[in-house]
Amino acid sequence: MSRIDAAFRDLRREGRTGLVTYVTAGDPDLERSREILLRLARGGADLIEVGVPFSDPLADGPVIQRATERAIAAGSTLVKVLGMVSDVRPLIDAPIVIFSYANPILRMGLDEFVNRARQAGVDGVLTLDVPPEESEQFRAALSKARIDTIFLLSPTTSAARIRRASALGSGFLYGISRLGVTGVRDDVADSARELAERVRQETGMPLALGFGFSRPEHIRAVAAFADAAVVGSALVSVIAEHGQSPGLLDEVERYVRWLKS
Amino acid sequence: MTTNTSVPAGVWFGRRDPDARGYFGAFGGRFVPETLVAPIEALEKEYLRARQDDGFAAELSRLLTHYVGRATPLWDARRLRQHCGGARILLKREDLTHTGAHKINNALGQALLAQRMGKKRIVAETGAGQHGVASATVCALLGLECVVYMGAEDMARQALNVFRMRLLGAEVRCVEAGAKTLKDAINEAMRDWVARPEDTHYLLGSALGPHPYPLMVREFQSVIGREAKAQCLEQIGRLPDAVIACVGGGSNAIGIFDAFIDEPKVRLIGIEAGGEAITPGRHAARFAGGSAGVLQGTRTFVLQDSHGNIELTHSVSAGLDYAAVGPEHAWLHDRGRAEYHHVSDDEALQAFRTLARTEGILPALESSHAIAYVMTVARGLGKDAVLLVNLSGRGDKDVQTVEKRLQEQANVAD
Repeated sequence: MSRIDAAFRDLRREGRTGLVTYVTAGDPDLERSREILLRLARGGADLIEVGVPFSDPLADGPVIQRATERAIAAGSTLVKVLGMVSDVRPLIDAPIVIFSYANPILRMGLDEFVNRARQAGVDGVLTLDVPPEESEQFRAALSKARIDTIFLLSPTTSAARIRRASALGSGFLYGISRLGVTGVRDDVADSARELAERVRQETGMPLALGFGFSRPEHIRAVAAFADAAVVGSALVSVIAEHGQSPGLLDEVERYVRWLKS
Repeated sequence: MTTNTSVPAGVWFGRRDPDARGYFGAFGGRFVPETLVAPIEALEKEYLRARQDDGFAAELSRLLTHYVGRATPLWDARRLRQHCGGARILLKREDLTHTGAHKINNALGQALLAQRMGKKRIVAETGAGQHGVASATVCALLGLECVVYMGAEDMARQALNVFRMRLLGAEVRCVEAGAKTLKDAINEAMRDWVARPEDTHYLLGSALGPHPYPLMVREFQSVIGREAKAQCLEQIGRLPDAVIACVGGGSNAIGIFDAFIDEPKVRLIGIEAGGEAITPGRHAARFAGGSAGVLQGTRTFVLQDSHGNIELTHSVSAGLDYAAVGPEHAWLHDRGRAEYHHVSDDEALQAFRTLARTEGILPALESSHAIAYVMTVARGLGKDAVLLVNLSGRGDKDVQTVEKRLQEQANVAD
C-alpha cells in the first residue's frame, strides 16, 4: 500500500477531513522552503504538495505566479526541489506530492525525473498540463517506480472523464472546485459540492478538493463531501507576507494549526 | 482568377489532418489544464462539423470576398528584382486585406465558429496587434464582445494598433507578466478562458496551442496558398521554385505552404527572427537555439533553459517575438520538408526600406524578415528562379519603430 493510500485510509478510519497544503518550492528560497515543509508537517498537514516553479504557470493565478517568480529568482529548479524533498523525507511522515507543469519534467527527461523522484521518496506526481489523454508515458514510468499519478477533475469534467481519471490515476483525485485559475475565494462554492457528488457517483477513490480555500470553516465545510481540502494560494500568501521576517516559520505553522482548528 | 464563392467545403478542409489526438508526427497534442479539456473537446467537435458544412464554407467565402477583399493580388516585384539581381520575386499581397494582414482570414473563421457555438464573448491575445485588430474587427462585424490581452512591451511598440482596437470597441488588457510580450499575453488569455469557458471562445491567432487550434488556424489560412498557387500558374505558367514566409507562431507561413506541401519540387522556407544575436534572450529563432518541449498546450520546438523554463526572446518585430513555434512547423522541419533560416533585426529593417523604395510598399516588420532573406539569396539562385514570398502584413503599424531605429543608427554614425 502506498503512503498516499495509507494516509487516506487512516483519515477515513478516524473520520477526519484531511488537510492538503501546497507551497511553491524555493519561495522565498530553498533553505527556508525546506524548513517550511517541516513546519507544515509539524502543524498537522496530512499531505504536502510541493510545487515546482515554471516560467509560464498558465493554470495559476497571481499569488502563485508571484511565488513562482520569487522561487526562480532564488535559484529553485526541479533538480534542487527533488534534492530538498530527499532531504526532508526522513523527517516527515505525511505523503509528499510533486506538483509541476510538464516542461521541467520533460526537459530533465521522464525516466531521469522518475528515477530521482523515487530516490527522493516522492509519493505522487500531479502534472497540471498533462490530462489523462496525454499521460500514458508519465503513468507507465511513474507506476514502475511505484509513484502515484494524480489527476485533476474540474466542474467541466464529464462523467466519462471522471471514470477515466480514476481508472488511470492512483492515490487520490484532486477536484478543482471552481472554474478559473488558482487563488483565494471567500466561500466554498456550490460547484464544489456538485463536483464531489458527481465524483462519488463514479468512484470510491479518495477525493481532495481545492481552489480557493483559506479558513478552518472551509475545511469543515468540505468534510461533508470530500476526504480532504487543499489550501494553496492562501498559504503561499502567508509565506509572501512574512517572507522577509524572522517569524516566517512560526507564522506558517500557526496558520496550519489554525486551519485544522 | 475566379473568386472563392463557389468553392465547396471539401476543397478547403480535411485534406491533411493530424492524428486523432492532434499530433503531427511527434509534435502537437493537447497539454492543457483539466478545466480546458471539455471546452476544447467541444470546440473540436463543432469545428469538425462546421468544416463539412457547405453553408459554413459559403458564409466564410462570402465574407472573405466581399468584406476582406479576397483574392489578394500576386505582385511581380520587378524593381526589387532589379535591385537584387537574379530570381523573379512574386509577392502575395496579404497586406492588402481589410485590416492589413493575413490575421483576418483566421479571425473570421473562428468568430463564425464561435457564433455557431452560441458564444457571446471572444478573448484573444496579440503580439504585433494585427491579430488583436482582426479580432476586434470581426467582433464588431458580428456583434460579439471582445477582450484582447497584450503585453505591456508590445502595447508600447504597437501603440497605433492599441488605439485601433479600442476604436473598434474591444477592451485591451495590459499584461505585465514575464517579458510582457506575446507569450505572456497567451498565458493571460488562457487564464481568462479557464475562468469563463461557458460563454467565451478563445480566438487564438496563430497555428499553435492545443489541438485543434494548429489544424483549424492552418485551414483558415490555407486560402493564401490556394490563391497564390492558382495565380502563379495563371501569371507565369508554372509553380515557384521556393515559397518563403516569416515564422512567429507560423500561421502565415503554414497558410501559404499548405498548397505546396505535396509539390516536392517546391522548396518551403520559413524565416525566423534572428534578433540581435543567436544567444539566449536576444533572438526568437526556435530552430537555431531551441529544442523539443511543451508550451501553451502543444509539444513543439521551444527556446528553453536547462531546467525547462522558457527563455526570454527578442525581435524588432513583435509578431515574431515568441519562444515556441506551431507544431506543424516542427514536424515539417523534422522530416526535412521545410527549411528554416533566420535574419537579424538590422537585415529586416534594411529590407523594409528597400521594399518601400523599390516597390512603393511598406511591409510589416514581420514580413520584412521574409523579404530580407529573399534579398540575400535572389542573385545566387539565378534569373530563371521564381520565389513566392508571403507579404503577410503592411508596415503602417511599424513606422514609428523604424523611425526610432533609423535615428539610433544615425546617432551611432555621427
